[in-house]
Amino acid sequence: MKSILAIRELRRAVWLWSFIGAVLVGVVAGVVFGVGTAGNMLSTASAFVVFTVLVGLGQMLVITSGPGNIDLSIPATIALAGSIGMRVMATSNHAILSGIGAVVATGVAIGLFNYVLIRLLRIPPIIATLSSSFVLQSLAISLGRGGAAPPPALENFALSRIGGVSGLAFVGVALTLLVAMVLFRLVQGRSLSAVGQNARAAELAGVKVGAVRCLTYVSCSVLAALAALLLAAFSGGATLDMGADYMLLSVAVVVIGGTQVAGGRASPTGVWSAACFLFLINALLNATGAGAGLRAIVYGLLIVGVTAIASGASDARA
Amino acid sequence: MNFSAASRRRPLDLRSMLPVISLFAVLVPMAIVQPNTVSYFGGVMLLNLGIPIVFATLAQLSVITANELDLSIGSFVSLVACIGGTLLQSSPWLGWGALAGCVLVYALVGALIEYRRISSVVVTLGLSFVWNGIAVLLLPAPGGQAPEWLASLMSFHMPVVPAPLVWTAAIALCTHLFFMRSALGVSLRGVGGNAGAMHRFGWSIIRSKAVLFGCAGLFGVCSGLTLLGLTTSADANIALRYTLLSVAGVILGGGEFTGGRVSPVGAVLGAITLTLASSFLSFLQVAPEWQIGLQGAILIAVLSLRLVFRLKERRQ
Repeated sequence: MKSILAIRELRRAVWLWSFIGAVLVGVVAGVVFGVGTAGNMLSTASAFVVFTVLVGLGQMLVITSGPGNIDLSIPATIALAGSIGMRVMATSNHAILSGIGAVVATGVAIGLFNYVLIRLLRIPPIIATLSSSFVLQSLAISLGRGGAAPPPALENFALSRIGGVSGLAFVGVALTLLVAMVLFRLVQGRSLSAVGQNARAAELAGVKVGAVRCLTYVSCSVLAALAALLLAAFSGGATLDMGADYMLLSVAVVVIGGTQVAGGRASPTGVWSAACFLFLINALLNATGAGAGLRAIVYGLLIVGVTAIASGASDARA
Repeated sequence: MNFSAASRRRPLDLRSMLPVISLFAVLVPMAIVQPNTVSYFGGVMLLNLGIPIVFATLAQLSVITANELDLSIGSFVSLVACIGGTLLQSSPWLGWGALAGCVLVYALVGALIEYRRISSVVVTLGLSFVWNGIAVLLLPAPGGQAPEWLASLMSFHMPVVPAPLVWTAAIALCTHLFFMRSALGVSLRGVGGNAGAMHRFGWSIIRSKAVLFGCAGLFGVCSGLTLLGLTTSADANIALRYTLLSVAGVILGGGEFTGGRVSPVGAVLGAITLTLASSFLSFLQVAPEWQIGLQGAILIAVLSLRLVFRLKERRQ
């Protein structure tokens, strides 16, 4: 009985593999560069990882909502929300709250727009979010001219360190706890897993499938928008292409973190460990002098490899 | 099921006319704004730009036939252009070998997707970065040189009829014959329509998907080489927008995302419509930043129109 429970527990710990990977890469870094450098690297990671984690959590929710669900509008959302936020705040410390409000509102609007496209036009989510991302991109370009710098207080917070850990990491942990609580403890989150496993069965069981999917897309866009705000504050202003890297990264941390690509099983812990894993790999590659080309190849092969190994042939199709 | 015998017997239903209608919806106002459009040289210039997009669209069509989606076609076409601009020029054998290897990888990925039953979206998204990475390694900065024969092929002039018009018609005819008329093409579409039935009938689904992805790779190679012939130099990011354009072209051409319902002729028309539409937007002096947004909006509009037609069809 006990061993069965232990095995079940282990099977549930899908994040373990990426966690082991992250620790291994961390140890390698420590051996190669010495403990001091590796410690600095981890300290830097605590800031950079947060952006990846936030978009990853959003993508995780969308992917969990069932086969074929994916949000391709994340980079455009980041570009648009970042420039709107910076514009509203206009480097004024007093406008930080309204700036956050504007960013969240942008996220909600984009999520709703995506969902309306999917639902009303009955287009697959991939195409819906792809086409909406192009519209958003145009909006971002025309709004983002002469992007303003972030308000000093926000910038100071984004660059702050508490005992070597970036202030951003606390925001990231708080949001992750929130997502995890909703996902595993609240009805809405359990409904999301149910919809992802079998939408028809969930519907017959009384789950409001439409509402759950709508909330999922909205949460994803809001998380991406918040990531945009932090990213803009961290890097001294919003740029149009600051979201470009996060398309692949968001999918990568979800897949590598052990979230089922076919939906129905999410792992917020996995998102964190996968984000650390990728950041450390990136740091190692940079330190060895590998260029952007090699980095892209490694990331791409990791995604393809992990997907091919992790998704069993018995799983439902995505 | 949703296409009854009655709707199949009707020779001209609204949905199959949609590609033609949308082509004229772009062409007519364009000819009014800029009468040179319909002249010999106007045709050559506008349609030439369309040939790589036509090939990329056919690549996407092959993948969509298999009920999958290819998010890597844009970076793959860029990679082919980079290989063509560097290896193919310096050492032709190595260049052709690399291109053949790329097509083989495409086919293997198709087999892998079916064998492991994994999401083609995630795999091709990862693959797009592999292609892009290789392209950056090959050609870190824009440059390279198109082989002579390629450039002269693309600038070939024909009397009376614009050469690209002939090319496009020939491509449309060949792919139509392959996908819609040949035994292999019919069975490949059958795999998209009902893989289970085809499997019980004795067809290997893995092999079929490998063939379809291999076709996509071949079309991708054609797209990259023709693009290189037009631009004469390459860049690792030269064709990234082809991913959207190719999906849009297939949809505009009346293809469905599932069920193996595709139309090669429609897809070719769709690709040309999109090419003309972007030229039209520049004629109208629409700011470049809005062009990409408008293309997204066009895609949404076409999908809405299709929904209207589908509802009408169901009511009948």
